[in-house]
Amino acid sequence: MRIASRLLALVCLLPVAALAQEKVVKIGVLNDQSGLYTDLGGPGSVIAAKMAAEEFGNKVAGMPIEIVTADHQNKPDIGSSIATKWIDVDKVDAILDVPNSGVSLAIAKIVADKNKVFIDSGAATSDLTGKACTPNTVHWTYDTWALANGTGKEVVKAGGDTWFFLTADYAFGKALERDTTAVVQANGGKVLGSVLHPLNTPDFSSFLLQAQASKAKIIGLANAGGDTINSIKSASEFGIVQGGQKLAGLLVFISDVHALGLKTAQGLQLTTAFYWDHDDKTRAWSKKFAARHGGKMPTMVQAGVYAGVLHYLKAVQALKSDEDGKAVVDKMKAIPTDDPLFGKGSVRADGRTIHPMYLYEVKKPAESKGPWDYYKLIREIPADQAFRPLSQSDCPLITKK
Amino acid sequence: MNTVFGVPIQALFSQLLVGLINGSFYALLSLGLAVIFGLLNVINFCHGALYMLGALVAWLMLEHFGIGYWGALIIAPIAVGLFGALIERTMIKRIAGLDPLYGLLLTFGLALIIQGVARNYFGVSGEPYEIPPQLTGGRNLGFMFLPNYRAWVVLVSVLLCGSTWYVTERTRLGSYLRAATENPLLVQAFGINVPRMITITYALGVGLAALAGVMAAPIYRVNPLMGADLIIVVFAVVVIGGMGSIFGSILTGFGLGVIEGLTKVYYPEASSTVVFVIMAIVLLLKPAGLFGRTA
Repeated sequence: MRIASRLLALVCLLPVAALAQEKVVKIGVLNDQSGLYTDLGGPGSVIAAKMAAEEFGNKVAGMPIEIVTADHQNKPDIGSSIATKWIDVDKVDAILDVPNSGVSLAIAKIVADKNKVFIDSGAATSDLTGKACTPNTVHWTYDTWALANGTGKEVVKAGGDTWFFLTADYAFGKALERDTTAVVQANGGKVLGSVLHPLNTPDFSSFLLQAQASKAKIIGLANAGGDTINSIKSASEFGIVQGGQKLAGLLVFISDVHALGLKTAQGLQLTTAFYWDHDDKTRAWSKKFAARHGGKMPTMVQAGVYAGVLHYLKAVQALKSDEDGKAVVDKMKAIPTDDPLFGKGSVRADGRTIHPMYLYEVKKPAESKGPWDYYKLIREIPADQAFRPLSQSDCPLITKK
Repeated sequence: MNTVFGVPIQALFSQLLVGLINGSFYALLSLGLAVIFGLLNVINFCHGALYMLGALVAWLMLEHFGIGYWGALIIAPIAVGLFGALIERTMIKRIAGLDPLYGLLLTFGLALIIQGVARNYFGVSGEPYEIPPQLTGGRNLGFMFLPNYRAWVVLVSVLLCGSTWYVTERTRLGSYLRAATENPLLVQAFGINVPRMITITYALGVGLAALAGVMAAPIYRVNPLMGADLIIVVFAVVVIGGMGSIFGSILTGFGLGVIEGLTKVYYPEASSTVVFVIMAIVLLLKPAGLFGRTA
């Protein structure tokens, strides 16, 4: 009886103890943990976030750092309810990663309404720093404008002036097609047609036959992850490349190349913000990462989560507080970015992180020296040319000024 | 050039053929489901996971033992079939005679476990699996380029479907099977070992799924979710064809592949939903499915 009453007393004290607990900086990694985008972000992004926190000794400005994670299953409604619960109930201060443009646009709005911080790495749509920009969003790694500007421009310059798109039927695919179309046309090319395919389509042969019938020189793949892999596989089977047409993978991750194998993927050109074998710093970090992630090298999304968390923590450290999301993002914009993976750069007024992008080509099997040795550099796109210039911005934060 | 609703006839032919190829997989998978449902009255929700397991076993054999496609085509279905027999003996058997809902829940749980374990070890991007050298390349049919491997898939699928139908409908073994479906007690009274027959049937159905998995490996990626993506469509095929009707599931498998292919030409956005729209219409008009025997 005595023990029971003591236990009861203890239970009564618990909430008080919790209240008295010191303030925690809580970072939520929200991404696809089970579907087609798992390998490009997923648990790897969580490891990347943890690695960044560890560099701060898991403490910033005297507050412990905690990383939480959830699976949005590529559904905007699920993502939204997780984000709302995280912020309202679990007191999460910053939401990271969020691949899938559809989900990320929903999260950006919620985070802005609740004045927290949103650092996106996984999503592609350039609308995050365009017409859907908010004072609380930072878009770290890449976007559809940068991809179009990299791969799209290069391909048109090399003579690929007629295009047909295979486009994933949601916000991301449409944004990528739109931005690439603009680049193709600006460089004197023509778009002959496009087909919208449902997200996560197992078989692309039907769409590829339509692309083949269009007689376009270039088949632009405005899709990602498993969809890109399946498109490229079917294309090699149906003799698309032997038939004289070329594939342009507009968004290709190293995890996709790994899944395709070099034999199928060789010669593919791609634009990326990060490749593990770029220099000594990226190699050192990537090897540490791979050791914790089953030997898999990081994708640019996972690298972006690491760098994003690092920069966020720097801003919190400078402010000594994580309470006001907008103030933290303003601080992130004020201090220059500097990390081992993306180098020196800045977060622009519209929330866009500025760093160089790289145009790579996938190596032939004979050129590869070992596992994950996949890319050779074609050229670096300097930071000041890699992203949409502010003069073309339709972000209300910019146009209002 | 002649056109049908704005699409050149040649393009239409090639889309029909592509639809037929996808239909082969639907037919192979729904066939196994129909056989299992017919005899065990179990809605085998882990069929997709076992199909994936077939592909995964083929990949593992290549990676670790250097056994190529042709070996895998024989060994993987047997291995997965034995695994299926184990599942039947240890789990499904215990819920025999209960509401089919229990079987559905059990096998659904199994599917989640198998897929989860595979995802944990192999990720979702999948592993590459090459087309066997004998079947690479393709031929130009005039209206389209037909990869040899896809032609092979259609051929094998038609042969397998035909022989399964023949075995169940035209042989003595098949007649036992069908009799055991109708009245297991009576059949057992005639001295036939019904529990063993049930195990064998389940293993066969599962083996068919694994075989489809091996055949799919070079076309799609070997990835843990390949079955989950397909199984829902395959269930719709079975429902449209009529639960338990072998002939129905074969015919609807191929038919829906073709319809889906045509949708990809005329209104690609709907290609992932068209099967379910058809399912809803069929269920409204013929609740037992197109070839269902009981209402």
